[in-house]
Amino acid sequence: MSAWKKHQIFEKNSLILIVGIIIMISIGGLVEIVPLFYLKSTIEKTEGMRPYTPLELVGRNIYVREGCYACHSQQIRPMRDELQRYGNYSLAAESMYDRPFQWGSKRTGPDLARVGGKYSDEWQRDHLIDPRSVSPTSVMPGYPFLMDAKLSPIKIEIENNLKVNALYGVPYTDEQIANANADMMAQAMPDSDAAEGFLERYPEGKYRNVVVRDFDGNPDAITEMDALVAYLQMLGTLVDFSLYDEKANLR
Amino acid sequence: MYQGRGNLPPIELRSGSPIWTNLFTLYGANIMGERKVRYLSLEEGGYTVLLLVAAIFCLIIAGKTWDQVLAFHTALIALASLAGIFFIFRRYFDGNNNPAPLEINGKPNYNMGPVKFATWASVFWGIAGFSVGVIIASQLAFPALNFDLPWTNFGRLRPLHTSAVIFAFGGNVLIATSFYVVQRTCQARLMGAISPWFVVLGYNLFIVVAGTGYLLGVTQSKEYAEPEWYADLLLTIVWVAYLLTFLGPIWRRKEAHIYVANWFYLAFIVTIAVLHLFNNAAIPVSIYSTKSYIVWGGVQDAMVQWWYGHNAVGFFLTAGFLAIMYYFIPKRAERPVYSYRLSIVHFWALIFLYIWAGPHHLHYTSLPQWAGTLGMTFSIILWMPSWGGMINGLMTLSGAWDKLRTDPVLRMMVVSVAFYGMATFEGPLMSIRAVNGLSHYTDWTIGHVHAGALGWVGYISFGALYCLVPWLYNKSLYSLRLVNWHFWVSTLGIVFYICSMWVSGIMQGLMWRAYDSLGFLEYSFIETVDAMYPFYVMRAFGGLLFLAGALVMVYNLVMTVRAGEAVESEGAGQAALTPAE
Repeated sequence: MSAWKKHQIFEKNSLILIVGIIIMISIGGLVEIVPLFYLKSTIEKTEGMRPYTPLELVGRNIYVREGCYACHSQQIRPMRDELQRYGNYSLAAESMYDRPFQWGSKRTGPDLARVGGKYSDEWQRDHLIDPRSVSPTSVMPGYPFLMDAKLSPIKIEIENNLKVNALYGVPYTDEQIANANADMMAQAMPDSDAAEGFLERYPEGKYRNVVVRDFDGNPDAITEMDALVAYLQMLGTLVDFSLYDEKANLR
Repeated sequence: MYQGRGNLPPIELRSGSPIWTNLFTLYGANIMGERKVRYLSLEEGGYTVLLLVAAIFCLIIAGKTWDQVLAFHTALIALASLAGIFFIFRRYFDGNNNPAPLEINGKPNYNMGPVKFATWASVFWGIAGFSVGVIIASQLAFPALNFDLPWTNFGRLRPLHTSAVIFAFGGNVLIATSFYVVQRTCQARLMGAISPWFVVLGYNLFIVVAGTGYLLGVTQSKEYAEPEWYADLLLTIVWVAYLLTFLGPIWRRKEAHIYVANWFYLAFIVTIAVLHLFNNAAIPVSIYSTKSYIVWGGVQDAMVQWWYGHNAVGFFLTAGFLAIMYYFIPKRAERPVYSYRLSIVHFWALIFLYIWAGPHHLHYTSLPQWAGTLGMTFSIILWMPSWGGMINGLMTLSGAWDKLRTDPVLRMMVVSVAFYGMATFEGPLMSIRAVNGLSHYTDWTIGHVHAGALGWVGYISFGALYCLVPWLYNKSLYSLRLVNWHFWVSTLGIVFYICSMWVSGIMQGLMWRAYDSLGFLEYSFIETVDAMYPFYVMRAFGGLLFLAGALVMVYNLVMTVRAGEAVESEGAGQAALTPAE
């Protein structure tokens, strides 16, 4: 019996055909995905990676909501021009707490993986409100509405946000979860008691680059602009590359 | 001869539930003037329960959530579910719920209502999706068009465009053609009376929920998998019903062999289900929140996402539309498929190889290099089955090439296969690491995608629609001249589109890596943005031409139904589908 005749078993039985399809499509996915979960070399060993603070996490979710990934990558490739333009190439460890990952696939605008600290809060705010006020030929949309959108704790449910992340193994302490709501507001309220409590829960030695500032320059309200700027200002600043051992993490 | 399975007898709901029995018998008595027991079929009962549970669940969420978008969406789903229950029972009380005869005068009694709905839905969403495409293309050239509002900025409209063209337009084309093809090739009616409608209406409800969600800021921001958890859940339920409804005619078929187009439809339905489930595995912040967090994080999420993303291309936009090629081209050309054996090799090689190709989207990133190398290797091998399929489609015309001169519909489908060949050559090329280093993050990718999307998916869909509408309404196509116009206007549009993106993409990539004589980067980023301007204008113009062509098609299709000449139904040409040995 020729192989072509044997193939008739698939042509005559819909369920056998489905089983055949499932087997064929499973192999590639299993080989490529499963090892990433057990090969230790997948995620480099680094110092300094920490979970997002509540305000930064809210800022990140605004970044996700507005679909920024459609034009901005967060992934610097190890090429001379990118290293020079954007800084050290991105490590897998740097996005280990990112759900979803936001590496992006298109650079209509520049890469943002290390935009943290490159510009002042004021620049970021002005640029987000009206990109062409600071970069006259930019094609980016303006986001003035972020200034008016006050953070709504009841809608955001920030405690639950931290809880779900903790469930996945993101190292939030119980205290941080319990105070998430207060901490979210406190990070944009400098010189307040709440801010002190926030800094106690995210102590400087253990949590790199946690700062309390009025990110949007409007002390009267804590807005989505506060959150987004807080997120942008810490992007790519956690790993200290003067201490990073590249050779130990070769893969 | 294979004996198709008969229709399942309706299950009596009476025995377990005296209240229901009384209600229905009494009502039956009033209507019919005699005591007559009527039954609710298992299908009707099952869908009633499903819709009722969905409605209650959604109403609870709508009542308790602080999130206005979630309240809007759950209320919408609840309303749709209740409307579904209403129609099931109206049909029941009107006495219209007797199972439709499987055959009339010895000929299969096909169920084409849902096919018609999905056909017109695809026409509608096509125009919507192309229009949003023209808008966002224009926004990149003229940023004032963003209006600085949340609902109209590029970041929210871009997923609206991609989802509208892929899932709304493409998805409805696939549902319409798959329900049509599976019935015709199996010579059997779709199973059930509610299921096919549940699939087409449920799927389009999903589209509305997903699309309005993007505009209102509800997205996972995972490319081509943007809908949030509750929309994903809705799609999962609809998709299971789709698989079963599609399998119905196969189980009832009178032919021993399952026709090759149906293999491709099956691979598309099954694989999309697997991809959808794994890539959208997420836990919502609470059931009163639109926000969820994906199970996979960072590099693993990247890998799962592009395993999904590339195979949305491979199975949604390729396997599904290859099924269309394997049915509509032989039918239109009235020639058998070129090679039966080639279609077997084509099928298995394509589905096995495609699934590996995802990591080529992640070259030079923090994804370990071994994964990228695997993805690249299989992407290059994939060139072979892709061209095998192209040859199988093109050579089906052997002996009928002259029809290209007289039949613009066939020409459109043949050109679509040629675009398929072009895009599946360019794809492996771009998956090579060194080439990808230049092309990635640039407009070259956008151009490549649109060569496949406008040329291949668009044209094979238009070809199928030009065949399907006359067949469904037993009319002849209103005007072949207008098809010619559609063809040339949109082909010109595609040329504008992909050429401008090739130039801008390669230019962008080269400008980013250009150095001056002193060893400094030659261009700041914003200078590379400025250089894109003329090409963005040209691209938007190309898109506008493509949209104009599609509008000509809409006119032609509407006029076909309203003023087309009545003709005998399609069905004589069945012999053409026997594969040549």
